[in-house]
Amino acid sequence: MRRAVANRLTPYMFMAPAVVIMVIALLYPLGYMVWGSFRDWDPSQTIGEAEFVGLKNYVTLWHDPNFRESLGVTLSFAFFVVTFEMFIGVGLALLLDRNIRGMSVLRTLFILPMMIAPVVVGLMWRYMYHPTVGTFNRVFEAIGLPKVDWLGTNALMSVIIADIWQWTPFIFILSLAALQSLPRSALEAARIDGATGWQQIIHIKLPLMMPVLIVTGLLRLIDAFKVLEVILVMTEGGPGLSTEILALRISRTATEFRELGVAAAMSNYLLILLLFFTVSMFAFTRWQEMRANRLRTAVEEDE
Amino acid sequence: MPTIHLENLIKRYGDVEVLHGIELEMADNEFTVLVGPSGCGKSTTLRMIAGLEDVTEGEIYIGGKPVSRLEPKDRDLAMVFQDYALYPHMNVARNMSFALRLQKRPQAEIDQKVKAVAATLGLTDYLARKPGELSGGQRQRVAMGRALTRDAGTFLFDEPLSNLDAKLRGQMRAELALMSQRVQKNMIYVTHDQIEAMTLADRIVVMHGGYIQQQGTPEELFKRPVNKFVAGFLGMPPMNFLDGEIVERNAGVFVSGDGFDLRLGDEKAAVAKAHSNKEVILGVRPSDLVFDADASEQESLTLDVMVSEYVGAQSVLLCRCGPAKVMVEVNSETPVALGQRLTFAVNPNGMHLFDRQDEVAI
Repeated sequence: MRRAVANRLTPYMFMAPAVVIMVIALLYPLGYMVWGSFRDWDPSQTIGEAEFVGLKNYVTLWHDPNFRESLGVTLSFAFFVVTFEMFIGVGLALLLDRNIRGMSVLRTLFILPMMIAPVVVGLMWRYMYHPTVGTFNRVFEAIGLPKVDWLGTNALMSVIIADIWQWTPFIFILSLAALQSLPRSALEAARIDGATGWQQIIHIKLPLMMPVLIVTGLLRLIDAFKVLEVILVMTEGGPGLSTEILALRISRTATEFRELGVAAAMSNYLLILLLFFTVSMFAFTRWQEMRANRLRTAVEEDE
Repeated sequence: MPTIHLENLIKRYGDVEVLHGIELEMADNEFTVLVGPSGCGKSTTLRMIAGLEDVTEGEIYIGGKPVSRLEPKDRDLAMVFQDYALYPHMNVARNMSFALRLQKRPQAEIDQKVKAVAATLGLTDYLARKPGELSGGQRQRVAMGRALTRDAGTFLFDEPLSNLDAKLRGQMRAELALMSQRVQKNMIYVTHDQIEAMTLADRIVVMHGGYIQQQGTPEELFKRPVNKFVAGFLGMPPMNFLDGEIVERNAGVFVSGDGFDLRLGDEKAAVAKAHSNKEVILGVRPSDLVFDADASEQESLTLDVMVSEYVGAQSVLLCRCGPAKVMVEVNSETPVALGQRLTFAVNPNGMHLFDRQDEVAI
């Protein structure tokens, strides 16, 4: 009897250490954040001393035009960044999916930006965007074009460009891998069926790459909502609130405005948003697996 | 339909030449089978005709027009691939109509064509399914359906049956034969399976090492192989080869070796006379040996039975003749015991002689 119970508990005992670590490292801070978001909490207080205010922080934020502005900046940043990166990344992959001499060197060069630390990327671009001594404006001046106020009036566009430069390679390598694993014979069949290069891309290559592209896009979207360092280094959110994405606002609310409760509530809003994308990504992969299973059973029934 | 002509076709990959001047003329509506062991260049030849491989030297003419610089789509051909090469994201109907849709044909015409072809191939119930939801045989049919819907002048097949299991392969082979009679197009078919070649072809082209060894009707190749390779490649079980020597005596011309001394038939003798005392290889098909205890020594082989493989109505005996092994096809009713020494009469028209140096038929 005792033996049977012990046997039944064995798997749980094996899992216990992992569960403990997960609880400490993941659930505890998360719970702490949710708990803190219900309080009017100054960094000088312990969480116990802080006054419980219920949903007040969430309601205040919802009506706070600055928060809305910041959310809007985050959404448009994520939207433009992911859209352009997808187009350029997939486009480059389609262009470079061929055997040319030196292609492997070229591919390595292409993915270099991804390997540079975000702070360095931010500094690099800040210098290049500098209004008078920056690379861009000096080149523009040299060829007789008007100077651009990169990090001033066009700040959001500038940070978007920097992010595109850094993260397009991510989409590029994943798309290239997807392209190279496409069935060669299906593409040959399409050539014989009379498809031109464009028609092959539209009717065969892109539809077959789609599952990879969807997951890649979602991954990038989740990442784009969390971007912090590059923008922090380049603009610190300015001018005004024009480039103050949510992550940056959260960090400033906590450190400059000393409102830990509000910062926690903001983090939770962001978390809900990201959870939505993550769940939809899992739902998508799950749906694909189920579809593959259904197909397999259908075939087996036939045979 | 346009006739196809290959003129001195050469293919090189870097410094390696894999096809050495293929010269081939196919008649109108002919079912041509390129057959040979793997690496013989048959698939490369087909892919060059299709336009999927560049032509290094030489020219391909379709209907008298040089096409080797044309894109595959401009050559008026359809192709069935070994792995079917269906478009996995399209259902059967869309797979079959892809080419027509690219040509922007009217929808009504496309629907009607797809329906007609699906009916002949028994695919009507599966038109809405995707390739992943089909069994191997059905996918194979869709691949053929896709080629048929195209209505192209020439059909190319690249080992279309080799991914199917043995039973299905036999069934699809019969369907292919039926289809080729019905549609009346040029067909070029690549296989390594000599049975497919023999059963389907109007003309067989045997390839080996990047050269055409011999071409002709299945019967020509089976009865009069030009060299030892062709003789050994076609026919199942394969031809037996025995080392011997041509000897001229008063009684006639003999081919003589370790364990046998056979008199050649008159026709063969007249040719062999010129090669007296030459070292040769004697080739005899298993089906040209007939169990006959009373046959005289100069027209029979005496063999020691080692193994008997029962196949059904026929049995294949593996026997020993001197140092060589010889296979014999006999009726299963023939009373044979292992270890027995038996006499088999040799069909005088079934004796093939090959020069032992260059293996060319004498």
